[in-house]
Formats: sequence, structure tokens, C-alpha cells
Amino acid sequence: MAQAVATRAVRDLLHWNATGVSRVPMQVYADPGIYAWEQDLIFRGPTWNFLGLAIEAPNPNDHFTSVIGDTPIIVVRTKDGSINALVNRCAHKGATVCYQPTGHGETFTCPYHNWVYDHSGRLVSVAFEKGVQQLGGMPKQFDKANHRLTRLRVETICGLIFASFSERAPPLEQYLGPVMTGHIRRTLHGTPKILGRYRQMMQNNWKLYAENARDNYHPSLLHAFFATFELNRLSAEGGVRQDEAGWHHIVFAKRHTDQGHAEYESGVIRAQKREFGLADPSLIDQWMEFDDQITNSIQCLFPTFVLQQVLNSIGTRQIIPHGPEKSELVWTLIGFEEDTEAQTYMRVKQSNLVGPAGLVSMEDGIIGNFVQRGIKGDLDAQAVVMMGGVDVGPAPTRATETSVRGFWRVYRELMDV
Amino acid sequence: MSDGGFRPSLDPREISEQTCRRIEALVADCAAVIDGGQLELWPDYFTEKCLYRIIARSEFEKGRPIGFVFCDNRNMLIDRVRAMRSANVFQPHVYRHVLGPPRIVRRRDAVFDVETSYIVIRTAMPGGAMDVFSAGRYLDEIVFEADVPKLRSRTVIADSDSIDMLLVLPI
Repeated sequence: MAQAVATRAVRDLLHWNATGVSRVPMQVYADPGIYAWEQDLIFRGPTWNFLGLAIEAPNPNDHFTSVIGDTPIIVVRTKDGSINALVNRCAHKGATVCYQPTGHGETFTCPYHNWVYDHSGRLVSVAFEKGVQQLGGMPKQFDKANHRLTRLRVETICGLIFASFSERAPPLEQYLGPVMTGHIRRTLHGTPKILGRYRQMMQNNWKLYAENARDNYHPSLLHAFFATFELNRLSAEGGVRQDEAGWHHIVFAKRHTDQGHAEYESGVIRAQKREFGLADPSLIDQWMEFDDQITNSIQCLFPTFVLQQVLNSIGTRQIIPHGPEKSELVWTLIGFEEDTEAQTYMRVKQSNLVGPAGLVSMEDGIIGNFVQRGIKGDLDAQAVVMMGGVDVGPAPTRATETSVRGFWRVYRELMDV
Repeated sequence: MSDGGFRPSLDPREISEQTCRRIEALVADCAAVIDGGQLELWPDYFTEKCLYRIIARSEFEKGRPIGFVFCDNRNMLIDRVRAMRSANVFQPHVYRHVLGPPRIVRRRDAVFDVETSYIVIRTAMPGGAMDVFSAGRYLDEIVFEADVPKLRSRTVIADSDSIDMLLVLPI
């Protein structure tokens, strides 16, 4: 199964002349042929793709729908409690079998001609298979065993569900490596519960957001909220962590590194009014949730998953491509069952910092569109990704684009260009 | 799908004509001040301790606390306006609110529960593209503070859970 049907070979479409990843051809953000190949080589390639949270299907026979790249997916909790992922495309005519975002049932029935599938994707029933009154029906050579919903590999970590189309992807933990799995376990330290979910449409190629989330060069420059309100403690210690292969990236900061140690261990760290230009500085009160004193971390897993910690606002972001010039973010804000009422309230209040209305993050919803508009007519031009050198690797500073280069290195490898 | 349950309007004979008119004027003015670009005046329509949030209908129905915006006092509204004026980067645009008639559905002593449908058309400047940016309803709690009607609580329930690009002006 493939999407790049009848398109030209990827090397004929994508001309990546420079060696390395410090220059990126603008055509990768706009070319429909390249987009089609990404579906096959990235989203159906040797990658693990985020689908949602295990708590979205809490009980046996619960299911919900998601997507990987362009492909619609059903995620179901089976009778024995395990999780399966199936392509949401009836083997008959290709209709989406599940058209509602959530549901419950022992089987899936396609609404079009009532073909029925079990939770492993096996076709168990075809309406009028034997015809009506000995007339019509499927011919003898039709065998239900030859028709099914495509089943994906599934693995979970800390209640995050990932799936892969490819047998070539290593097991999830190996794919992520110890630095990434350690950071996921650190951030998702309790029993997750969903505090809110929303979506954001962006008028830009999906990779512009994948880069943006890895780009620690831009936040203090584009997102003026912190600087304007003199929240100057945010100019604190920070850096970049990566897995050994450089596929996945964490950018982090420690807001309170200039304070005494005792305060890290106390409860809520009060924003001090004299330092802040906010009329209500309680917005950025926080409790030191993590022993590592990291107050902001954005963890990006290749290709399209982000795990965020912005003060005490924890959440996931799933990037969904919608053609070469459009993409979508699904935001899920998370708390933990173990949280106190006050802690939940703080997470709710700090949700003002993130999302399409986020005081800090709203610009990310438009900046990709500024690029998308800027490159029109110059698709042979190249972006410059040289901050902090030309290599890929961890760094003790945020004045670097090493993680953006990391993204492009994997991209070139998987696209074979 | 239900969005918290339909509540019929109170019998108008239970509320004075003048109280009705003043509540309607508050709801209308609070939208007009946004459309008119005088955002600095917008927080004044709220009580000092107040609730203002924007949440998707599907999330509201699930009882989830986090939506697009959550402000629990007037200073947070002021900070939103100041951030928009001085910090946030976005393509300039204007809103046009079209409101349905405010429906007073309940009176609890000094608190009036009022529901109003809205449509917001967003017009980008420059470019001129016009889109239905949001449609939904306000769930308001209105009180009279020193004889002036104010919003003690406004929950903006947006029918869609998706925002096109960004949300910077209040709804």
C-alpha cells in the first residue's frame, strides 16, 4: 500500500545538493510529490507514530480514531485489555469503518455495506455473502481470509500509544533510546488524566512545525511575552538533549537556577511582583514538580510527537499533515490522578500559556505560514540552519539549531535523498 | 448533542423591563468594544473576581476544565489585552460579533443567568479574507455591582474544538 502512486522517483523530485543538513531546500515545504513520498517513507517507514492516550480507551471494547500522516487509524482496547491499531479503511470500498471519534463494541461494522471486522482487523462477516434466495452473493473464489483491516504494530510507554506500519522499526524503547524514555517517565510521573483537548489548524507544511518545536533559537526572539513582562528569570540555564542517533530531541530550561537550593524543595514558588510586569503574576506561580529543576521542556519524538512541560502545564501535541501547505496540531493537556486540587488548578491556569491562544505559544500557529508565504516563487532557495555549527548532537546551550539539523538528518536518511 | 442543556427563558414578567434592558446592553456593549478595537475597556465589563473562559462545546460537555482560555480574575483579562498590544506577534485582524437575543434563563437572588448565541466573523488585514472564526454561545452570570451590571462569569462555549491558526482577541 502506498501513496506516492505514479509520482516521480523521490530523487527526481527532491534536489538536496548540499551535503549535510545545515542547508535545507525550500521545495520540501511545498512540493506535492515530496509530500506523497513522505507518507510512504516517513509515516509508513521505520518510525513510531503517536496515536493517543491509553486512557482514551479505558475499558475493553472501547475504541477511538486517530491518524498517522494522512492515514486514518482505529485504536481499540481488546477484550483482553491490550491495544490494537488498524487502518480505518474498509477492505471493500475503502470507506472509513469508524466515522465517530469514539465508540464501544465487540466488532466494527462498516456503515456502507455492513462488512464486519473483529478487533484484530479480521473480516468476520460480509452482508449477503451467499446472496439472497440463491441469487447474487460473492463468487466461490471470494475468501474472507484474503480481506482485512491492515493491522499495525503497537507499543505503549507511560500510557502513550505509538504504532508503526513497518517491521523495520526497532522496538519502541530501542527506537527512543534511554535519554528519551527516561524523560518521558520523568514527565509522565503519575496516572494521567485528560484536563483538556483542542485542535489548531496551521496554514503551513507539517515539517515547519516539527522544526519549530525543535528550534530553541526562536523562543526568546519570536515569543516576546516573557521578555516584555520582564519575566527575566527565564533567561536561565538550559540546553539540548538528544538520543544517541540524534532522531529525538529535548530542549529544556531551568527557570529558577539563580535561586537558593532550599526553594527548589519547597512547594509553590511565588512569582515576585517587583520583577514582573503582569497585573496577575500568579499566572506563573508554579510548584517545583521535578527534582531536576527543569521548568520548561519540549520533547520531540520523530516524526510528529511533542511532549511538553511548560511550568506545570503538561501535555502532548500530535502533528497531522494535511497536504503540502496545511497541517494540524492536536493538543491534549494532562494532569495526574495523584494531583491535589490546588495542583490541578495550577495546571488549568497555566494552560493560558500554551495552545492557539497561549500567551507564549500563539505565534507558533502563524509563523509557519509566514515561511510558507515567504518561500513562494523561490522553491530553489535553501534555508540556513547553522546556529551552533553544522553538526548534530547534545549542547549545553540553547543558542543552537542542532535539533533542527537532527530532524533533517533523519529525514534525508529515510527519504534516501 | 447537548451542550449543557437547553433552559427556557424566564417569564419576562418576573424581571423589570429596565433590568432586562440593562442586561441586554451589557452583553451587546461587551461585544461591541472588541469589534471596535477598544480592548482596554473590555475588562471593565467584568467584576474584579470573575471567571472568563473559552472552551469547546465537546469539552464542556465532558466537564473538562481546560479550554482555549481560562482567566479567574480581571487582572488576567488586563494581562491578555496588554500581551496582545505589546508582546504577541500576529497578522492584524478584526472581529465582527453578531449576537442573538440575550435570554435570561434564571434569577438567583442578585445573579442573573443569561445565555446568548454568537457568530464571530474574522477579517484579516491586509488581505481582506473573511471567515466564520467561531460560533457558539455565552453562558453568563451577571450581577449588579453598585447598580452597574457586570459579568461575574462568562463561559464562551465554541461549537468547534478547532481554532484556525491562533486566537488572540477575546470572543
